[in-house]
Amino acid sequence: MTVSPEAHAGGVTTRTGGEDVVVRIDALHKSFGEKQVLRGIDLEVRSGEVVCVIGPSGSGKSTLLRCVNLLEEPTGGSIEVLGTEVTDPDVDIDHVRTHVGMVFQQFNLFTHRTVLDNCTMAQRTVLRRSRAEAERVARENLARVGLAGTESLMPAQLSGGMQQRVAIARALSMDPQLMLFDEPTSALDPELVGDVLGVMRDLAEGGMTMIVVTHEMAFAREVGDRVVFMDGGVVVEDGPADEVIGAPREERTREFLQRVLDPTHRHDDQGAGGPGTSG
Amino acid sequence: MQYAALVAAVVVVAVATDWTRVGTQLFNPAVAADMAASLPVALKNTVVYTLAAFAIGLSLGTVLALMRLSSVGPYRWIATLYIEFFRGIPALLVVIAFGYAVPIALGVRIESVIAKAGLALGMVSAAYIAETLRAGIQAVPKGQVEAARSLGMSPTRTLVQVVIPQAFRIVLPPMTNELILLTKDTSLISVVGLLPTQFDLTKVGRDMLNSATGGLTALFVVGACYLVITIPLGLVARWLERRTGGGSRP
Repeated sequence: MTVSPEAHAGGVTTRTGGEDVVVRIDALHKSFGEKQVLRGIDLEVRSGEVVCVIGPSGSGKSTLLRCVNLLEEPTGGSIEVLGTEVTDPDVDIDHVRTHVGMVFQQFNLFTHRTVLDNCTMAQRTVLRRSRAEAERVARENLARVGLAGTESLMPAQLSGGMQQRVAIARALSMDPQLMLFDEPTSALDPELVGDVLGVMRDLAEGGMTMIVVTHEMAFAREVGDRVVFMDGGVVVEDGPADEVIGAPREERTREFLQRVLDPTHRHDDQGAGGPGTSG
Repeated sequence: MQYAALVAAVVVVAVATDWTRVGTQLFNPAVAADMAASLPVALKNTVVYTLAAFAIGLSLGTVLALMRLSSVGPYRWIATLYIEFFRGIPALLVVIAFGYAVPIALGVRIESVIAKAGLALGMVSAAYIAETLRAGIQAVPKGQVEAARSLGMSPTRTLVQVVIPQAFRIVLPPMTNELILLTKDTSLISVVGLLPTQFDLTKVGRDMLNSATGGLTALFVVGACYLVITIPLGLVARWLERRTGGGSRP
């Protein structure tokens, strides 16, 4: 258990084709019992890219994200993350997850530990960093998300927005090469959303590779390099953020965007001219 | 006015009670003084028997709880069988079994009373503790496990560092109950025969019952001794609960 396989140790070792592909998803299928949630997803994410996944609830976007670090086990197809085939039954998934940060809708901070402990626990047990080193990294990342000084607080003492930023700092403390965000602002009060999105924007500008499942269209358009629109377990549209949100090609994308961006005007039937980006 | 019934009841009881007899037979200072010498040892023995039983109950109970949550069928079945069996029979039977049946069946005599008490009561309480722990572990939100696993922590590390500490807080109140019940169940031990130095509180009290006028005083003395153990236990548990309460779910 202590000797992690040196063979993988380098992190990114993209061996197959396309120089800097961080995630390659091929014909991904996922069913829960009879229910098919993902029905053949192909997706590639390159190093430094910010890919926003949008779509109606039940479209499978969270499931897709959770398949990338194997929180859900795919029922078909293959996923390669940082050069490792995570769908291989013999994969050392803990090792892959060490390099992939995940941020959840419900924050999922360890409620029994302080903010600082939340950020050092995995560093110490998984990366085997010394206490001093782990705390240094944690403090650095807490400062980065604007939460220096909260180290000794318990998660329950923080607002939702602060908890989510701690969750981001916790993930960043592992020095991930890819960050997954699963509707990170959906559980927040509206006035707290901005801080979290701000942190994510900084992260994106710093060159982090990110996959973001979100309902924040303004964020997707502004920060996302690419936007993927999913519906019914398939990718309907995948392209540059401005095009997919500003001038969608697919009818289904248009309908969805219209519902999201202007929920009160149900019968305004053409939104292609470029719907305003409401908050 | 609402208190009229209460006041009336108290007056009736006070009038109906023969206070002289209560004084000599139920609260006889001479009897209490007689017992005083043997109480410290009995108190200590009761605590030791309880701790031995709890240590065994907690370790075995943890194993059983994990077995019940196991994905391996036979582990689950064995644990379920054990729990149903030991939860369903009186603790007294198990104590007697350890005192008489086990020595005959296995040909080994358990000499130490502490071991006998620990094993017999511990095996019974393990059944209850296992169920409490299982419920506690299952009450830890799934997101906590997902967060730990997505940071690269192994299933075992996740269990030890995230799930069990949080389950501990959840099970603290029912666990306190279990410890208090165990304290009182040590009174069953005396059926297997004890030397005076091994007496528990109840045994000391029962021996006094017939020996003197006012023997019933022993009941009250012994009862008070149990409270001396159990009330602080409850206070410590509440303090622990408060101390770990900072992590309560929003």
